[in-house]
Amino acid sequence: MKIHEYQARELLASYGLPVDKAYICRNVEDAVRAYQELDAPLVVVKAQVHTGGRGKAGGVKLAKDEIELRQHVANILWMDIKGFIVDRVLIGKAVNIASEYYVSYVIDRKSKSTILMLSREGGMEIEEVARNTPEKIHKIVIDPLIGVPDYLAREAAFKLFDDIKLVREAATIFQKLYKLFVDTDASLAEINPLVLTDEGQIKVVDAKMTFDDNALYRHPKIAALFEPTEEEKKEQNAKSKGFSYVHLGGEIGCMVNGAGLAMATMDMIKLYGGEPANFLDIGGSSNPTKVIEAMKLLLSDKNVKVVLINIFGGITRCDDVAKGLLEAFSQIRTDIPIVIRLTGTNEKEGRALLKGTKFHVAETMGEAGKIAVGLAN
Amino acid sequence: MSILIDKNTRLIVQGITGRDGGFHTAKMKAYGTNVVGGTSPGKGGENVEGIPVFNTVRDAVKETEANTSVIFVPAPFAKDAMMEAADAGVKLIICITEGVPTLDVVEAYHYIKQKGADLIGPNCPGLISPAKSTVGIMPTMIFKQGSTGVISRSGTLTYEVVYNLTSKGLGQSTAVGVGGDPIVGLYYQELLEMFQNDPETDSIALIGEIGGDAEERAAEYIKKHVTKPVAVFIAGQQAPPGKQMGHAGAIISSGSGTAAEKIAAFEAVGVPVAKEPSQIPDLLKSRL
Repeated sequence: MKIHEYQARELLASYGLPVDKAYICRNVEDAVRAYQELDAPLVVVKAQVHTGGRGKAGGVKLAKDEIELRQHVANILWMDIKGFIVDRVLIGKAVNIASEYYVSYVIDRKSKSTILMLSREGGMEIEEVARNTPEKIHKIVIDPLIGVPDYLAREAAFKLFDDIKLVREAATIFQKLYKLFVDTDASLAEINPLVLTDEGQIKVVDAKMTFDDNALYRHPKIAALFEPTEEEKKEQNAKSKGFSYVHLGGEIGCMVNGAGLAMATMDMIKLYGGEPANFLDIGGSSNPTKVIEAMKLLLSDKNVKVVLINIFGGITRCDDVAKGLLEAFSQIRTDIPIVIRLTGTNEKEGRALLKGTKFHVAETMGEAGKIAVGLAN
Repeated sequence: MSILIDKNTRLIVQGITGRDGGFHTAKMKAYGTNVVGGTSPGKGGENVEGIPVFNTVRDAVKETEANTSVIFVPAPFAKDAMMEAADAGVKLIICITEGVPTLDVVEAYHYIKQKGADLIGPNCPGLISPAKSTVGIMPTMIFKQGSTGVISRSGTLTYEVVYNLTSKGLGQSTAVGVGGDPIVGLYYQELLEMFQNDPETDSIALIGEIGGDAEERAAEYIKKHVTKPVAVFIAGQQAPPGKQMGHAGAIISSGSGTAAEKIAAFEAVGVPVAKEPSQIPDLLKSRL
């Protein structure tokens, strides 16, 4: 789950990290009041949206007086950045940057650990640094049973700073950020950039955090920050029914049991020249109620011309799956052609039950893909 | 032979009195798995399917000499269950539970490793050595004893591939579902090594999917260390970036972890990649 920059800044500040006070504003008048409160020679106006590349899109501007501030806020509010509409901006004091650094904690699949990532190349997209100059990124694997002891934090800080005073300060920042990461079950806690100001202070200038969806149940305050897009609302609604759903935009709706098989089914449709409308995993079993709910979800997508149902019958045998499908479809009214492919235990018996019905019955995944693509065209 | 589980497996079920735990205990026992006990705090002394229930894993291990444990407890308690098994001396821990917080898995994984044990899962279907033993929730009737080792990040897609293997006469030595989360226990590299060293295994089917770079690392490993024929299928070529495809680990992030990169990595080291799962048996047969 993503949160906004200003929310991440608040979390960091609450853990004692050096974050300057900033204001969140939803209209120009609020922004002017914030500007007056800040009483700074130069302020920054930043769009708050759940996507990167705000600077490039013109969503981050400096203002040296009230006139400029009014202009920037008016321009940035309601701007569309990669499909996200800006409905609030952050107003903060601009800092005099001497140098910029990158700091993050992230889950690393290879070491099966949290790692601390550091670079002296701050302020740029870290993916770009990783591509062009990977040697400039330092990765420190954290033992989850120990955390970040003082020596390790110092060792890390020496990667960024040479002055011992700054090293000590940075080391504390790394330890506090790790505590926040673990306490909130984050999957990313990123400061980019962490800056050294002309005045010799270390400050957080931009922060980003994302959280592990599986752990939100134990963090109600963070879960409350969830601002789903229209698409995410649909996905969440599907999740509450035990489904995993992702909209893709094609014409062939898919209903599959199991995530891997559901992905393979999408791939098959594409392989035979069609476009999958969605990813839909209805879970291990496939009882009639689930099928009815899943059909409602698929048919709510007006682009869907054909539905392909691909079920592996394991513990629930294919003949029982077929009976369930017949029962479900006796309650569903639709003219959309349905292709069914059953495989696994008792698949022949299952297919026999569907013979002579309105369904198009396929034996292999390839055959199902071909039939569905043919019907969609 | 086979890998990880066989007739010497002595299994306990953590969460045996729950709905899923009870259901699959009966299935595993019926298949011939030596289920020696189960745990459920506060229900020690009871029995499920004639299998004794203990309050703690330590008691269960002491009484039954269990060497393997399968976990069916709800996600909030999975970390504790994994650590309890490792602390009691269980050497192979299989966690079926879906939705376990990632940092819980990170912690449990490192603890289990410290105790010298192995973890499979979480969010996995378990494993099976056909005709010997099954641990988890796989549909046993589609498997047949044989010589193909199967490694997969998925559940039903594994069954799809196994069903194809079996119907084309390729039985399985052991099939392992490693789990669909970003962080899980045993993975490609360890399992490829075990299959390479297992005299009963003569070929390997590897079923990967989008997310992370474990497939790329597996390709490197195969190039250096695996002489047995390997065939691969990668799911998720049509997956859009930034979206989780059912499995928590199946996500293309910052443009990496795509199916195309993984397929290219295998092809670069001469490992054939199936366009459809049904091609896997023929790809293996042509190399045996």
